[in-house]
Amino acid sequence: MSKIATENYVAEARKAIKNRVLQEALADLQHRFGRATAESYRRLPEGPDLRLKAHDIRLQTIENLDIVLETLATNIRKNGGHVHFAEDRRSAVNYCLEVAHKHKVRQVVKGKSMVSEEIRLNEALVEAGIEVSETDLGEYIIQLAGETPSHIIAPAIHKTRNDIGSLFADKLDIPYDDDPPRLTWIARKALREKFLAADMGTSGCNIACAETGHITTVSNEGNIRMATTLPRVHIAIMGMERVAAGLEDHDILLRLLCRGAAAQHMATYVSYIGGPRSTGQIDGPQEFHLVILDNGRSRILADAEFREMLCCIRCAACLNVCPVYAKIGGHAYGYVYCGPVGAVVTPLLVGINRAKDLCQGETLCGACQDICPVNIDIPRMLLALRAKLAEGDSAWKVTPADRKEKFLLQVWSWVIRRRRLYDAALKLAAAGQKLFTHKDGVIRRLPPPMHGWTKGRDLRPLAKESFVQGWKKGIKIR
Amino acid sequence: MSSSKTVTLFIQCLVDTIYPEVAQTMVQVFRRLGIGVTCPTDQTCCGQPAFNSGYRQSARVAAKHFIEVFADAEQIVCPSGSCVNMVRHHYASLFQNDSRWLQRAQNLAGRIYEFSEYLVDVLGVVDLGGRFDGKVTYHDSCHLLRGIGVQEQPRKLLRHVLGTELIEMHNSDYCCGFGGAFSVKYPDISNAMVSDKVKNIIDTGADAVVGCDMGCLMNIQGKLSRMGSSIKVMHIAQILAS
Repeated sequence: MSKIATENYVAEARKAIKNRVLQEALADLQHRFGRATAESYRRLPEGPDLRLKAHDIRLQTIENLDIVLETLATNIRKNGGHVHFAEDRRSAVNYCLEVAHKHKVRQVVKGKSMVSEEIRLNEALVEAGIEVSETDLGEYIIQLAGETPSHIIAPAIHKTRNDIGSLFADKLDIPYDDDPPRLTWIARKALREKFLAADMGTSGCNIACAETGHITTVSNEGNIRMATTLPRVHIAIMGMERVAAGLEDHDILLRLLCRGAAAQHMATYVSYIGGPRSTGQIDGPQEFHLVILDNGRSRILADAEFREMLCCIRCAACLNVCPVYAKIGGHAYGYVYCGPVGAVVTPLLVGINRAKDLCQGETLCGACQDICPVNIDIPRMLLALRAKLAEGDSAWKVTPADRKEKFLLQVWSWVIRRRRLYDAALKLAAAGQKLFTHKDGVIRRLPPPMHGWTKGRDLRPLAKESFVQGWKKGIKIR
Repeated sequence: MSSSKTVTLFIQCLVDTIYPEVAQTMVQVFRRLGIGVTCPTDQTCCGQPAFNSGYRQSARVAAKHFIEVFADAEQIVCPSGSCVNMVRHHYASLFQNDSRWLQRAQNLAGRIYEFSEYLVDVLGVVDLGGRFDGKVTYHDSCHLLRGIGVQEQPRKLLRHVLGTELIEMHNSDYCCGFGGAFSVKYPDISNAMVSDKVKNIIDTGADAVVGCDMGCLMNIQGKLSRMGSSIKVMHIAQILAS
């Protein structure tokens, strides 16, 4: 996984907008998944309001997370698994390396996991001389290309079949082919070898269940099941928020997750993993480890304003409807998590000042909340982040992002309480705009800081007389 | 419909200063219905520009001014869903720690309506006797649609305009890319979004695009104008009064 590059939001967005192939892929993605997901909620036996219930379930769990996680750890251990609470990236990575060394691991197969991207697990394993193979088809493509995922669920959405054909020809030393079924077959063949040779498998965790002490993974390719059952050792890594207290909650969330992620009633492969192979079982790993990662989440949990973000189950439904994501794709967000979820969670994890463009570069249209399977109020938190950037915040170590703007807004708030002064300011602006108004009566070019508007659009000038001014004068209407 | 009814106009700042004719057509519609109209002349802005950029202190100042100006109004009608959403839903969050102002804000929240919402839901009118010969398409503004849940009301009104055929555009509920300061701060993204929106409008073959929020319509109009398109951009009040 790349390092944090949130500062490049504007430049990367511009690049993405100019990339025609990407634009088509993104439009196609949203066309296929956005509407279908909304429809899949309507078809829920309990009705779409199950999303609201799920929100309550999530929030209740988050508010009792310490107890729920302790229960999870106890029950996983009871089932013969090992649990490691990792405070940060370093601790999680070191634990994985220790386990790998203990078992003299040389080859690792991975099930797709965003949290493993967050801790840059591949990088650490490779540095330790261990070969790592991604086994999700999209992730496999991305790994071969040496790139990073651009969508939480569909990591290679930015690549065409031709790209993949050339990539396979180059890296796998085979003749060029761009037929998707044949490409899939080629990848499958290459990956089967990896599965059989691997000593250790790693995976994420879609939802853990504290009551039973198991983790659940979902996939549509069956690769996670193989990565977690064939090798001798399995390490699952989860963000500390990805847990349900009881099985009933877990099932509701699982159903909503599959709908949010891919408009499916249920994913093709769902695995409930409750520890290592027990006596008499013919398959499964000899050792099972669960790494529960904090890495900044406790800080989010401690802040009542942002706690709701921990309800997120990383289904990526919000990416599939976000009109900004539709134009800029995933890489522009400069971190593992992109789209609306990334716009909130990334600033909280990497620093609000540093990732300010992520929360300011959104239109607050609200489509993300409507499609969220657990109804997270993302726009509210985008606004809260902006408030921190505007005024500064000591708890989050935020410095005001734009003091000039702050001053201008203060002046503005002083003026708008005084209509006569406001009218005078309008008059002044109306006089000033003459310099920029084209002879056909349209403004085609404005000076900074307003020049962004006229980059691709015209603007109608201020009216000679505002409505309220006219009303005051008793202007006749009709 | 009671003839003694009076509505108080809250004119969104963009309408007030750039598109005053939209407010005038609103007045015409109300007069046609025999409804009295008042307009407090101290009004300026609801504070949304400051609030959306995070300047809550400045937004609070604007909100207090707004609450005072409209303190005595029985029913406030505004030609913008976004401003109504601000007053109805966000004022409360500005005064979380100030019970006196919170109460005043909540009281006001129950008295403010977006124009099309007021006509259809409060007055129960759908036919205003307007006439527009041509095809129109309707853009769902985000805060109008997802903020205050207005989707069918404007469509009902449009279906009753004589001579008008309503054609739905692809992704009518997709954001046009305005987003207030966003459009100026992130012009490339905003421009890419409005380009999609305008393409969807053009693809319908409509003679006019209609909406209920001049922020979005200003953005759409700005793009159409830059492209040299002849498609008209109209606030719903304009088509109802025509």
